[in-house]
Amino acid sequence: MNISFNWIDELAGLDGELKSPRVLADRLTMIAAAVEKVETVGAGLDEIVAAKVLEVGPHPNADRLSICKIDRGDGLVLDVVCGAPVIVKGGLYPHIAPGGTLPGGFSIESRKIRGELSHGMLCSEVELELGRDKSGIMQLSDEINPGVSVANVLGFPDTRLTLDLNPNRVDLACHIGVAREVGHSNEIQERVFDGPTWSPKWKDGDSRAKGAGVTICVEMPDRCSRYMAAVVRGVRVGPSPPWLTGRLMAAGSRSINNVVDATNYILLERNQPLHAFDLTSLRRSQVSIRAARDGEKLTTLDGEERKLMGSATVIADSDRAVALAGVMGGLDTEVTTDTVDVLIECAAFDPKGVRETARVAGLSTDASYRFERGIDQYAQERALIRCVELVLAVAGGEADLEGVRVGIEPTPTEDLPLRIQRVNQVLGLELEDTDVDRALTPIGLATVHPDSTSPDLLSVDGTMRIQVPGWRTDITREIDLVEEVARRIGFEEFPEKERRFRPSVVPNDPTVEKAARVRRVLVSRGLFEARSLPFMPEEYRGNRQIVAVPNPLSEAESYLRASMVPVLLRRLEHNFARGNRDVRLFEIGTVFCDQQLSSTNETDIEGARVVESQRVGIVLTGGRYPEHWSQDLVDVDVWDVKGLAEEITEQLCGARLLAVHENDMSELDSLGTSWLDWPRFRAVKSGKTIGVAGRVVSSSVDAPPWAASVFGLEFELEAVEKRLPTSYYETSQYPAVQRDLSVTLPVEVEASSVEKALHDVTSDLLESVRLFDVYEGDELGKGRRALGWAFRFRASDRTLTDQDVESEMLRLSDALEEQFDARIRKS
Amino acid sequence: MTLSGASLLDQLSAVEESGFDAIQKARNPDMLEVARVHYLGRNGQLADAMALIADVPSNARREVGQRANAVKKGLTAALEQQAKSFTGNASEGVTVRDSTLPARTRWVGGVHPVTRVIDEICDIFADLGFSRVQGPEIESLWYNFSALNIPLDHPAADTMDTFYLDDEFVLRTHTSPMQARVMENHQPPVRVMVPGLAYRRDSFDPSHAPAFEQIEGLAVDEGVDFIEFRSAIRHFVHQFFGKSTESRFRPSFYPFTEPSAEVDVSCTVCGGSGCSTCKRTGWVTIMGSGMVDPAVFEAVGYDPERYTGYAFGMGPARIAMVRHGIPDMRLLYEGDMAFLEQFS
Ligand SMILES: [Zn+2]
Repeated sequence: MNISFNWIDELAGLDGELKSPRVLADRLTMIAAAVEKVETVGAGLDEIVAAKVLEVGPHPNADRLSICKIDRGDGLVLDVVCGAPVIVKGGLYPHIAPGGTLPGGFSIESRKIRGELSHGMLCSEVELELGRDKSGIMQLSDEINPGVSVANVLGFPDTRLTLDLNPNRVDLACHIGVAREVGHSNEIQERVFDGPTWSPKWKDGDSRAKGAGVTICVEMPDRCSRYMAAVVRGVRVGPSPPWLTGRLMAAGSRSINNVVDATNYILLERNQPLHAFDLTSLRRSQVSIRAARDGEKLTTLDGEERKLMGSATVIADSDRAVALAGVMGGLDTEVTTDTVDVLIECAAFDPKGVRETARVAGLSTDASYRFERGIDQYAQERALIRCVELVLAVAGGEADLEGVRVGIEPTPTEDLPLRIQRVNQVLGLELEDTDVDRALTPIGLATVHPDSTSPDLLSVDGTMRIQVPGWRTDITREIDLVEEVARRIGFEEFPEKERRFRPSVVPNDPTVEKAARVRRVLVSRGLFEARSLPFMPEEYRGNRQIVAVPNPLSEAESYLRASMVPVLLRRLEHNFARGNRDVRLFEIGTVFCDQQLSSTNETDIEGARVVESQRVGIVLTGGRYPEHWSQDLVDVDVWDVKGLAEEITEQLCGARLLAVHENDMSELDSLGTSWLDWPRFRAVKSGKTIGVAGRVVSSSVDAPPWAASVFGLEFELEAVEKRLPTSYYETSQYPAVQRDLSVTLPVEVEASSVEKALHDVTSDLLESVRLFDVYEGDELGKGRRALGWAFRFRASDRTLTDQDVESEMLRLSDALEEQFDARIRKS
Repeated sequence: MTLSGASLLDQLSAVEESGFDAIQKARNPDMLEVARVHYLGRNGQLADAMALIADVPSNARREVGQRANAVKKGLTAALEQQAKSFTGNASEGVTVRDSTLPARTRWVGGVHPVTRVIDEICDIFADLGFSRVQGPEIESLWYNFSALNIPLDHPAADTMDTFYLDDEFVLRTHTSPMQARVMENHQPPVRVMVPGLAYRRDSFDPSHAPAFEQIEGLAVDEGVDFIEFRSAIRHFVHQFFGKSTESRFRPSFYPFTEPSAEVDVSCTVCGGSGCSTCKRTGWVTIMGSGMVDPAVFEAVGYDPERYTGYAFGMGPARIAMVRHGIPDMRLLYEGDMAFLEQFS
C-alpha cells in the first residue's frame, strides 16, 4: 500500500516530530504496519513548467515525429520536436527548456532531431520520475496557466510511504485509515472540493429500485448485500486538475481521466471501491447484479477477454455482462472522453463472492483486495456522495437529484464487552478503564457510557462496552480489543520483568538426543552434516511405494524422499562437479513410506498408508586422510566403511552387522536400496534390518574418471540407543602373552565363522583375537588361502606360564583342524 | 611377415611416452604397480614390442634392439625414481633436518550451520524451562490450519502456498501444528521448542526454499502474560545475538496469536546503519510471535479463561544467513564440502 505523506498531513493535521516523513514512517511501523520504503515524489522538477501547445505539425523527415509550437507563458513561441502519438492542440504539457536538467540528472540542450531544431522537450511521467506510463506525454488540466511550475500545481514534492499491511488491517489501505492511527479519528480533515454539494433523494428497494432514470436489480443478494448508484449528466471528461493528478501519483496510482480519477481518489481516501459507467452504453439504463452465465464473455478494462463461469458475479445491463462485480469494469461501458453521462456504482459485494469472481477471471485488483477483506458497510453512502461531489468539482455536469439504494441497510454493530481484568491478565499490566479508554478512543473504538448522566463512568463491574466502528471488520472478539490496547500503548512501552515459571511437563523427544549422539560420532570421524531438500525424482522409485507431491515445483522434486543415500549422492555429484575428490557427508532427515520398524507417524493418503521416519544417510569417497608428503595417498575402501558401519551398528544401536552374500538380494529389496552394490552389509536388531552399508553401484553416481570408489550407509535413527553409563571392571596387573597362529583353509571358509569357533573353544584366558594376515597364493594349493591370527592371553590373578599358553593354543588349533579342514602352517 | 624397422621404432617411442606419463601420475605403490605391469610386465606393452623384433629385416634389428633396451632402461629408472617418492624413501633424511615441512593433518567434520543455530536456540530456551519435541511433516488440514484458527477459505491461508497431498493431508506449512498436538496430550505447564522442516511452494531462490527449517516455541500456563513473553524473547535475543543487539516488537497478524508481534533485531552486519542484509532498514526480522489466541486453546480443549501463553516461530536458515553473512539460501542446501568446512 502506497501512502502520500502530504495527504496524511492534510487529513490528520500532523504536528511535532510527525511532520517528518521518517518519523511518521517509524511510528507507523511500531503501531500499525511496517513501512518498507520511504521515497520522495516529484523532486527535481524546478525547471519544469506547463506549456500550451499552440499548433501541431508534421515533422518533414520522420512520420512518427511531430513539431509543436508551444507557449511557456512568456510570450515566446518555441518549436519542440515530439515523438508522442497524440498531442492535443490547445493542451497543456510539462516542458523543460534547454539548459534544464531532468530529475534523473539528464541535461537538456537545444539540438536538431532529424534535421529540425527542438527547444527542449515535452515530458512523460517516466522522464519526470512520476510514474511508469511511457505511452505518452503527460497532459495537464487546461485550467492551469502556461508558465506555472508543474511541481507546484501537482503539490510536489511529496513523500511516498510503502506500507506492508497485515492481512487483518484492510482499513489501513486508505489514507483516512492511516490518518486515524497517527491523528484522531474524530478530527479527520477531509479535503473540501471546489464544487456543489449533493444531497440526494433516495429511491430504495430490497432487490429492485428505480430512480435517476435507471433501474437497479440485485438478483444475487447473497453476493451483493447493497448496491447504490448515482447519475451525473453532462460531464466533460478530460485531464484531472493537477492537485488530483499529483495526489494519485504520490499514492502510486495513475491518472486516467477526471471521472475515473475521482473514483480512485475516493477509494484511496476512504477504502470504498467505486466504479463509473458510461451511462449511455448501459442498454435500457438497466443495471443488474447476477451470476455470470457459463461461457459468457466479457472484455475487461485491461483489454483482456475473460471467459466466465456461473460462480462469478457480474454487473449486467439488459443484454450482457458489463463488469466483473467487485473486481474490474468492462471495456464497452468505460468512461472515455466521449462520455457525457455517468453512473457511479457504490456497492457492498460479498468477500467470498469477490474472491471467486477474481479467481475465475484470474485477476486481483485494488477493488477485489478490499472487498475480499471487508469494507465499511456503514460508510458507503458517504463515499458515494463524496464521489459525486468530486466528479462535479473536477468534471462538471449535474447530478440527478435521485440516488438509488438497493438491498438492506446494514444493522448497527453490537458493542463488544471488554473486561479490564482480562486485559490485565493477558498483558500483565495494571490498567484501569480510563487507560483503556484513552488508548482506544483515538482510533474510533469508542467506550459506550453505561450511564448517560455520568460521563465519567466507563465500566460496570470491571466491564467496558466498546463500540466497534464499521471500518474495523477485523474486531469481533474481546481478545481483538485486548490486542488494540496493547498496540496503542506500544509494545515497546511495556515494562520488562522476569517472571517465575514452572518448567515444562512435556518430556524431551528421545529422537533429539539420538540425533545429537549420531552427529557427535560422525563429526568426530571427519564427516560433514549436509541438509538437502527432501524431494526426489521418480527414477529413484525402484519397486517401492513412494509419496508423490501432487503439485511439485519440478520433475526432479515430484516425490518425497524415500531414502537418504540417493538424495545425498546428488550432493556428492555437486562436489565432483566442483573438482572435489574427497567427500564425506551425512544427513539426518525424514523419509516417507519405507516401512521400516514401527514408526511414530502413519498417515493414510489417498487410501495408502504412509510411514514417516527419521533416517541417517552417509556418503563417502576419496582419501582416507588428507594427503601428506610423507605418505602415499590411500583411498577409503570397503574396510573403512565396514568399520564405520560396525561402530554405528554395535556402539550406537546395540545391533549386529552382517556381511551380505553377493547373490542375496532378498533382505535388501525391502529397504529400497537400489544404490547398493557388493560388498555390502546389513545391520540387524531384534531380527529386523535397521541399516545397510556398502559400495555404491556405479550407475547410481555420475562420477568423473578421477573419482575414487563411492560408499554409502543408511540406518534408522529410531534404532540408535540412549547412551547408558558403563560400569568399571578391574584390569589385570599381570603381563599378557602373545602367540600367532597361521593356518591354511578352504577359501569358502569365512573368517567370521572361524573366529566364532575360536571364541567358543577358548577359556577366559584369551583376551583378544586379531587377524593379522590374509594370503592367497598358488603354493597353498588350489582353493585354499592362509589366515594368520594373533592371540593375546592374560589371567587376572597370576602370570601365565608357557604351559598355560601352550595348552590353550593346542585347543585352538585342534578345533580349527577338526571343524574347518585347516592345516597349521609352521613358521 | 615383415615389419619395417621404422614403424617398430615409432611403436617403441609411443610405449616410452605413455609409460613415462603413467608412472609420473601414479600417486601410490598400487597405482605404480599397475603401471609397471602394463608397460614392463611379462605381457606388457614393451614385451609385446620386443617380440616383434624378430619380424624386422635383419639389417635393422640391431638398431631396434638397442632402442628397445634404452626404453626399458629409461622406464625402469623412472619407476624406481617414482617409487622413491612414496613413503619412507621420500621422508628419510629430510624429516629431522627440516622441521618447517608441513605437519600431518586429519579430516575434521562439522555440523551444519543451521543445526548449530537450532541447537543454540533450543539450549537458550531450555534455560527457561522449555523441552524439545518434534512432529510429523505430513499433517492433516485440521492441525495445519483449523486448530490454529486459520479458516481454509480465508485469504490468510493463501499466503502459505501449500503442498496438498490429498483432500485431507498437506506437507505442513509451518511447525505450528505441534502447538495443538502438544496441548492435546499434556496439561500445563507446557513449554516446548519444536524444530523441524516446513514446506511451501516457493521456488528455490536466494531467499526461499520449498522446504526449510523452522523452530516453533510455545509456553502455556496460568499467569503467562505479554510482559513475560517480551522478557523471554529479549533474554533470548541477548543470549543469542549478544547484549549489544537491540530488538523491537511491532504489530503483526497471525490467526493463532493475539496480540501478534514481529520481532526485529538490529542488523548485526551493519550495526543498524543500513546494508543489503537488512534492506537498508537497519533491522532484521527474526521471528513472528504473539500471545496464544483463545481460539487455539478452545480447539485443544484448554480453558482460555484460565490459561494464557505465548508462541513464536523462527527461521534458523535465515538466522544462519544473517549470522554468517551468507548471501544465498541455496548455499545451505548444496552439501558443498568447501562451504561446510567453513563452519567446522
Ligand atoms: Zn544491515
